[in-house]
Amino acid sequence: MQNNQMAWISPVRKSGLSMFFIGFLVFVGMLFVNNFTLTDNALKNAIGNDTHRQLIQPHLSELMDKTVSNKVTFIESVRSTFSEYDETLNDRYTISSTEIDAIMAEVKGIGHYNLEILPTVFGSVYDESAYKTKKLSDYTGWLAGPQGKPLSEIEQVLREKSAEINANVTDVTNGKRIYAYETGQYIYGLTKNASSGVVAQHTGMFFVLSVLLGTLGALMYIIPDKYTGPAGIKNNNVFTNSATNGGLVGILVTVFLVAVYIALYFFPEYIIEWVSLVDPMFKALNGSGAGSWSIYGFIYTLAIVVMGVRMFIKYRHSKYHIARTSSIIFFQSCFAFLIPEILIKLNQPSTDLKNMWPLDYDFFDAWNLDSLTSSGGVGMFILVWGITLFVVAVPLFTYFFGKRWYCSWVCGCGGLAETAGDPYRQLSDKSMKAWRIERVVIHGVLVFAVIMTGAALYTYFTGVKTLAGIDTYTLRSAYGFYIGALFSGVVGTGFYPKMGNRVWCRFGCPLAAYIGFIQRFKSRFRITTNGAQCISCGNCSTYCEMGIDVRSYAQRGADIVRSSCVGCGVCSSVCPRGVLKLENGAVEAVVDQSKKDDTVQIVQVMTPEEQKAWVN
Amino acid sequence: MSRLVIIGNGVAGVTVARHVRKRSDREILIISSETEHHFSRTALMYIFMGHMKFEHTKPYEDYFWQKNRIDLKQGFVCAIDTDAKHLTLASGEQIEYADLVLATGSQSNKFGWIGQDLPGVQGLFNYQDLLLMEENCQSTKRAVLVGGGLIGIEMAEMLLSRGIDVTFLVKEERFWGNILPKEESVLVQKHGEQHGVKFLFNTELHEVVAGDDGRAKSIITKEGDEIPCEFVGLSAGVHPNIDIVSQSKVAVGRGILVNDYLETNIPNVYAVGDCAEIHVEEGRNRIEPLWYTGKMQGEALAKTIAGERTKYERGIWFNSAKFFDVEYQTYGFVGNEPVDNISSFYWQHPEKELCIRINYQTDTQVVTGINTFGIRMRHEVWENWLANSCKLKYVLQHLKDANFDPEFFRRYEQDVINTFNAQNPNSQLSLSPLHWLTKRFTKEQTHAK
Ligand SMILES: Cc1cc2nc3c(=O)[nH]c(=O)nc-3n(C[C@H](O)[C@H](O)[C@H](O)COP(=O)(O)OP(=O)(O)OC[C@H]3O[C@@H](n4cnc5c(N)ncnc54)[C@H](O)[C@@H]3O)c2cc1C
Ligand code: SF4
Repeated sequence: MQNNQMAWISPVRKSGLSMFFIGFLVFVGMLFVNNFTLTDNALKNAIGNDTHRQLIQPHLSELMDKTVSNKVTFIESVRSTFSEYDETLNDRYTISSTEIDAIMAEVKGIGHYNLEILPTVFGSVYDESAYKTKKLSDYTGWLAGPQGKPLSEIEQVLREKSAEINANVTDVTNGKRIYAYETGQYIYGLTKNASSGVVAQHTGMFFVLSVLLGTLGALMYIIPDKYTGPAGIKNNNVFTNSATNGGLVGILVTVFLVAVYIALYFFPEYIIEWVSLVDPMFKALNGSGAGSWSIYGFIYTLAIVVMGVRMFIKYRHSKYHIARTSSIIFFQSCFAFLIPEILIKLNQPSTDLKNMWPLDYDFFDAWNLDSLTSSGGVGMFILVWGITLFVVAVPLFTYFFGKRWYCSWVCGCGGLAETAGDPYRQLSDKSMKAWRIERVVIHGVLVFAVIMTGAALYTYFTGVKTLAGIDTYTLRSAYGFYIGALFSGVVGTGFYPKMGNRVWCRFGCPLAAYIGFIQRFKSRFRITTNGAQCISCGNCSTYCEMGIDVRSYAQRGADIVRSSCVGCGVCSSVCPRGVLKLENGAVEAVVDQSKKDDTVQIVQVMTPEEQKAWVN
Repeated sequence: MSRLVIIGNGVAGVTVARHVRKRSDREILIISSETEHHFSRTALMYIFMGHMKFEHTKPYEDYFWQKNRIDLKQGFVCAIDTDAKHLTLASGEQIEYADLVLATGSQSNKFGWIGQDLPGVQGLFNYQDLLLMEENCQSTKRAVLVGGGLIGIEMAEMLLSRGIDVTFLVKEERFWGNILPKEESVLVQKHGEQHGVKFLFNTELHEVVAGDDGRAKSIITKEGDEIPCEFVGLSAGVHPNIDIVSQSKVAVGRGILVNDYLETNIPNVYAVGDCAEIHVEEGRNRIEPLWYTGKMQGEALAKTIAGERTKYERGIWFNSAKFFDVEYQTYGFVGNEPVDNISSFYWQHPEKELCIRINYQTDTQVVTGINTFGIRMRHEVWENWLANSCKLKYVLQHLKDANFDPEFFRRYEQDVINTFNAQNPNSQLSLSPLHWLTKRFTKEQTHAK
């Protein structure tokens, strides 16, 4: 009976999966469709700073006007040009002994020293050629001309003077440096401007074939699940499927995600095609177009929405999961995605209003404070709002509802974990050892965040750049690199398929550590255990994304009050004996002895058939 | 030497060990043959369905035992000498004890059916059964289950998760008819059918037929019908595992005979859990083959062994289970058939698989028990109501207090009350309001005992 009704499901799901894969392949494939030709124009567009452009241009001459089809070759040639430029800077601006030899060889030919010799030796292409010619001319002009000086004396003077010039070479080269941040921007800009723009010229087509096709395919895979049988917990094959048990497919996904994160954080020039893909959409939203993080924000939001639909279907029997998933989708799509872009369009400081310090670790950066305090009402509002959130809202809401009000209802990191990360929740480590590591690491990060922010504020208000001998800026960049990029991004999300979906939230997030304190010591929230009903089956612990050994409490009949619990409610759902309930406070009834013996007049009892008829 | 030796590392034996350790420093040794470490038998189905791995079913991490100085030995005890106070293991090793706890658990029932030991025919009780079932299901397309209880319905769910057709032979006229009243039975049956189970009621197994390969190929019922199948699951209940004990001087009946203190006829020898048969002065001796009772017995016995002789009292009865997606809880006593002076108030949702049955004494209206399907109830509240002999009116009007469903779930107390009022037009009940605000700001309240 069932089989006929369900016959359509498998083909639809299979086509969906194929469509998703094709979409995925196109999405990745588009990164490799462009050729790269470096032209004067590209150079002008990419490097707005004239000085920098003039400095680097001669070094790029070998790449100019040649078409390179291999993206890696192109980008790495550009990168090595820049790094070579930087590494050889002092050498190049130093007048070398060989150069003196070359000058002397000329001098010997003519019989005397002459300034015209210098360009022939130093050349004229590079900035340092002019510099060295000029300097040596200044220092040795008086030596020029047939003065009958012995060659040995000329050589001696040249060597002494160039040593004098060389002594101050760093003064000169310091001004010639192109620093890492700018270099990054230039490489990104050069790649973008040198690209043949296949994706940029056909964004519509590429968008349909990758994002749209993939999304549609994913939905076709996800939605039919609703029709495969009655609603309920279906975790069949979670531990036999290599996508969800940490096996091969999981590893491949991890490799892909890690690669994407590394590209995003450190090598955005490799994903310029993805930026072009969403450029029109972002232009419409914010008026100025997409940057390398736009594609991330877009895909992130899309993942939350699509996998949120999966949550709606998987947990369709549970209003709790439907409610919190709706909340997550709302906050991600409006607060994290749309509002910031609209603020940009309105020329206002842009921010994700639901994010807060210390998760939002650059909130107290000097540039942010300056920008907020100098841009009128909206800026001041954002500043006050941001501080109110963690000073007032966190303690208040956490007291009443527990950590979950933020971590599994509002937060973007939590949002991704609860939707795209849901298939991986069982991979978290439940051991006592992991709990020990967790406590040390997460509180360590909180301390780091507080010190880093305190130091930055100290510098902001006093102007003193070091605190206790440590450069506050170095501290801030170390935090950004190790915690912001490596921990929360590369490890936190990249390793979903290996270490579970809450690695960052559990081991790293300083905000989670702070909210956790309140939850642990001053909150009405707890997970209560229903008497002695636990059969120690282990479902609750297995499916706890935070790695809490829920069973160890449930089988003792103890309430679960743990700082890490994000209140996702999945333990309560997977428990086959209905043992667990998330509660805001103890709701226990006392028997009212004065009323318990009241009787009621029972006339007649309907049979169940009659009753059904009555209800209908 | 005061070594405590426990045979069996199931929940009963392990609970004894843990609680004795809380109270004393003596040497404790658990000998068990099935697995090296204690695991949760109740989770066998979830391993099969891929919800968990075996590791996940271990309630304590492996380091726990050493840390708590509970020695473990994997081995089979083949003889018990209560005079010399020592055990003999299959390996030949002898082990002396000062106190001995028998916690040998249960075995699946087999009723002498023809072909019951053929390959492809099995019960499900221990870890080895699980491995066997994995093997037996490799090429199985159709399965027949015999006996309609809890383990049977779990096996049905396991088999269906692999796309195997399931036919369920039930001896009685309805599912789990010796425990559930008719309406509840039908509800479970319908839900099972939605998942694809085919029930055959009033049907008994006669014979399992072997194919050319020597494996089960079909079964024949008492009526003579043949049903082809490659797998036969025997789930007609369990009985105490007393194979070894019955060869010793320890007295046995259906199980190992014990008094309320779980003491056997031999001093310093105790029995606990599934294997124990508790003597009852009037009426049939009790065997309680449940996880919960094994645990409660273990706690009581640990006190006795540690010097504080304590009766095992099981308190207000409760039990729970899950039939596919429908959860079931019961508190107090709800019989499967009508009883004198007990009335039932029954409510069932018109479409969803939800129902509540509240039984009460017809004359006094004191509530005696509840069955609830699809709605979670709070254990402590029901325990409290039953212990305080609360009457029907009070219970119905306070039903909200007992709800244990997750937040945001649709609540049915009003529907229940409406049904009651419709049935009894002379007595209009109303729900006593939940004091949301006060509850939010008040401290925990204690129970009236
Ligand atoms: C599939 C399934 C689902 C269940 N679901 C539920 C449920 O939902 N709720 C519920 O309340 N109950 C349930 N039960 C019943 C519950 O699991 C048992 O009541 C409980 O496990 C019994 O515990 P025990 O410690 O008495 O014995 P056991 O767990 O059976 O442990 C006895 C151990 O002793 C070992 N042993 C026996 N003899 C020897 C010997 N001579 N030498 C060495 N070792 C020996 C055995 O190998 C075994 O490991 C279920 C049982 C099964 C099989
Ligand atoms: S899922 Fe439920 S029954 Fe299983 S261990 Fe957890 S609380 Fe106990």
